[in-house]
Amino acid sequence: MLKEGYVRIPSGCAISGIIDRTGRLFSGQSIADSIATMHDRSNGLGGGFAAYGIYPDFKDYFAFHVFYDDLIAKQETENILKANYIVALEEKIPTRKTAHIKNAPLIYRYFAIPRPERLKLSELDENEFTIKFVFNINSNIPGAYVFSSGKNMGVFKAVGYPEDVANFYKLESYKGYMWLAHGRFPTNTPGWWGGAHPFNLLNISVVHNGELSSYDTNRKYLEEFGYICTLQTDTEVAVYIFDLLLRKHGLPIELACKVVASPLWKQVDRMSPKEKILYTNLKIIYRRALLNGPFSMIIAYEDGFIAINDRIKLRPLTAAKKGDMIYVASEEAAIRQVCKNPESVWMPRGGEPVIAELIRENEKEMYSTKEVTA
Amino acid sequence: MKTINASGIHYRALNEIIKELVRSGEDIINLKNVNGQRYIGVNLSGITKINIEGTPGNDMAAFMDGLTIEVFGNGQDAIGNTMNDGNIIIHGHAGDVIGYGMRGGSIYIKDSVGYRVGIHMKEYKDKVPVIVIGGNAGDFLGEYMAGGCIIVLNLKNDEDIVGEYCGTGMHGGVIYLRGDVEDYKLGKEVIKEEIDDRDYVFIQKYVENFCQYFDYDFQKIMDHSFVKLYPIGKRPYGNMYA
Repeated sequence: MLKEGYVRIPSGCAISGIIDRTGRLFSGQSIADSIATMHDRSNGLGGGFAAYGIYPDFKDYFAFHVFYDDLIAKQETENILKANYIVALEEKIPTRKTAHIKNAPLIYRYFAIPRPERLKLSELDENEFTIKFVFNINSNIPGAYVFSSGKNMGVFKAVGYPEDVANFYKLESYKGYMWLAHGRFPTNTPGWWGGAHPFNLLNISVVHNGELSSYDTNRKYLEEFGYICTLQTDTEVAVYIFDLLLRKHGLPIELACKVVASPLWKQVDRMSPKEKILYTNLKIIYRRALLNGPFSMIIAYEDGFIAINDRIKLRPLTAAKKGDMIYVASEEAAIRQVCKNPESVWMPRGGEPVIAELIRENEKEMYSTKEVTA
Repeated sequence: MKTINASGIHYRALNEIIKELVRSGEDIINLKNVNGQRYIGVNLSGITKINIEGTPGNDMAAFMDGLTIEVFGNGQDAIGNTMNDGNIIIHGHAGDVIGYGMRGGSIYIKDSVGYRVGIHMKEYKDKVPVIVIGGNAGDFLGEYMAGGCIIVLNLKNDEDIVGEYCGTGMHGGVIYLRGDVEDYKLGKEVIKEEIDDRDYVFIQKYVENFCQYFDYDFQKIMDHSFVKLYPIGKRPYGNMYA
């Protein structure tokens, strides 16, 4: 079969995200029910989920989820993995036989931490070390693809409708504090397992409805920072841009949003002198990180998620709140399916992010009680 | 009168049931527990009234010709696409691309609407489509508008009554705003003016309906300044390639 980038299939998508801001864990059934409401937005060529908080027993280990085409790819990958990491647990990711998910690759997960001597030798921190490892496998080992590499989180994806993917991976048996989902209607490229959303690197996962016409500009920009785009799929760049902006450059979330959906020059002209300086500089410095083209996107990081549209809102996005729960989805119906009486429902304007983060106070309280001595 | 519990019914099956009832001349159809079913009321003509409890899916009432649909909840995207006749009443907000290419009938929305509402509406003789919005509107309101009328009431007095690019490429029809709008938000094909008595009489009829549907005080709404936006000419791009 021809993979991403070799075939063009012009065509929509569905996205959904749920977070319990108190950090309480809830089963994957909710997100599966939510995305299933939008069944007709996708065409069965890709569905996937990102789940945060699901591996508390291994929360300090990188959780690698890997697809293998064959045992040779598995052997080669494990050789590199075990030379560089101490693997605490390796196992097949549990799946269920279902009629609708076919041609599954070998799907494994590994909980691993970098070998101290290797890490020291590399002169990198463990995140950079892990990014290098992921890019190495994905670009150099044919038939192996690391599709999830965060801590205490995991991506589950396949070719199929999202509700079937949830059933295949037994998502109802996992509990997380934050979930993303995607139903795919591939634009430009055929559907294959690696090409399903979410896309992930370390703790950042992205689901996307739309098309990034800035893909090639973004790709070349990211290559200068060592990111390697192995999929020729537009959404991949969004993950690396947020990794670059948030983790490497330490930009505040709000400003990172203004990089990818930057105000137009004529809007900058109307700003106050102070804002004008900020946004002019931001636009110039991060010109090549601008995401152009239609998108509605949910970007999850360990503390929460961002839901954002392109500046002129060429894709749908609805948000809702009930107590400490925040919901975002392509359609209101997908929220109401799992939240009967939301306190408020709104449609964010173009380029205006919905930022939903874990409530930090609780954690501080927890730490302060722990730290009491004498 | 027929009542249908739409919970868990796929849109194709639901619309098949609705179509049969409308064709048999049913006066009222109550749809309960609607959630995301698309295309309700699409391409139907008749005098049936459909009451919807829940959140109907995208493209509701596209190509509709007659009928009244009242939604007791929010609407999603693309309501009334190329609608020819009928009346839609939404007790909540509605999404993007409402009334695209609308040719007749009316849409009343209690709260705000999203982007690209009333794009390329058109009119012919007595067929004049009307959209009345109780809240505010996003960017591209009335883009390439060729006829008909959009009224934005901004009852919550939001800072932005409309978004940017309002009336870009407008070459027919009229937009009334309760309040004022900054010039930078308007397309260059648009003239802004205070309303006159004839405009006032015209708006009145639709505001009366709005007040009746959503229980507002008519005088309170009308006791406010309005502006109207109308096109400079019928052919804004007539000399573009001349």
